[in-house]
Amino acid sequence: MNENDLIDEAGIASESPLQIMADHLREIGQGIVLSSDIIHGEIELQVNAGTVAQLLMLVRDDRQAAFTQLIDLTAVDYPERKDRFDVVYQMLSMSNNMRLRIVATVGEGQTVPSVTGVFMAANWAEREVWDMFGIFFSGHPDLRRLLTDYGFEGHPLRKDFPLTGHVEVRYDDTQRRVINEPVHLVQEFRDFDFLSPWEGMHNELGGNAAKADPDKTAK
Amino acid sequence: MGVMDPLLEPPIPPGANQDAILRAVGDEITNRGFVIAKADKLFNWARSGSLWPMTFGLACCAVEMMHSAASRYDMDRYGMLFRPSPRQSDVMIVAGTLTNKMAPALRRVYDQMPEPRWVLSMGSCANGGGYYHYSYAVVRGCDRIVPVDVYVPGCPPTAEALIYGLLQLQKKIRRTATIARS
Repeated sequence: MNENDLIDEAGIASESPLQIMADHLREIGQGIVLSSDIIHGEIELQVNAGTVAQLLMLVRDDRQAAFTQLIDLTAVDYPERKDRFDVVYQMLSMSNNMRLRIVATVGEGQTVPSVTGVFMAANWAEREVWDMFGIFFSGHPDLRRLLTDYGFEGHPLRKDFPLTGHVEVRYDDTQRRVINEPVHLVQEFRDFDFLSPWEGMHNELGGNAAKADPDKTAK
Repeated sequence: MGVMDPLLEPPIPPGANQDAILRAVGDEITNRGFVIAKADKLFNWARSGSLWPMTFGLACCAVEMMHSAASRYDMDRYGMLFRPSPRQSDVMIVAGTLTNKMAPALRRVYDQMPEPRWVLSMGSCANGGGYYHYSYAVVRGCDRIVPVDVYVPGCPPTAEALIYGLLQLQKKIRRTATIARS
């Protein structure tokens, strides 16, 4: 049935396969899916963090949807929001050649049930999200840090984490081991605007610079 | 590479002159069974002629390091063979970004190398953090962890640049006094 739908795209031009799939997903995810949307040719579903594992199981095991692969699991930090994190699950349906994005909004300190029981691929991905954002996944078999140094403090991909971190390492000759020290920079980080050789100078000079500016030429 | 120090004495070009010297040395060995040389220079000659690098590729610089060992540039010409074990190597080429997590491992590998040992820092990241200088996870130069003899700049340095760095290291070894006087 499903293959026919894709082939007969011209015949049922009123509804694209993507729209059909989105409707189908809303139907099988009744009571779980908060909202659905099609963004850049991909379906995006908003869910509560508590029901993500359930929804992943549904879209994986449904014969028509068959989102059998968890491509990626990551998070996004929006520090201005009350519930600052989005945990994002990227899914792929090989048989439908379709991608699906499941987004769960999570507050700081809130735990997310692990989906390792549904997709083993989530194991390290959840460890990485824990490492980088400090989002705790309950029921994870081995939730250790994945990438950062042993004994690292903080979660580097949070927007409030300083670029250079808090510690740096050095070999200490007297202790004969590599030690951690508070970070000391000889020169602070500088952010260059490569569009202009002088930072903060935007066409105040006139001449060629003003001519190149489309806003000014319009006047 | 000869026994003479190329810094002090210019190498003798191939020709009748060189042949005469080689013949004289050959005659010496056949007639008496030994030749006399300065121990210092003999040691340095042996050491600089068989620099076995420890394979320590950390990032993209490792690819250039591989190129320098492959057939086009062929480090083997200088008696440099990559070793997979620190206990068999003389020089460690730190090729790539050294992260905080890797730093204790790098130091351990360095400590396992038998003396005399040398370190060549390859590329911007190993020299001073490079592109990742302000990162929370990267060591700002591998000289914070191990003493470095030669720095090869570049991002990444070409295979030629690495070979040049290694030749500079040979030069450095040749001009050190191996038997120290107090």
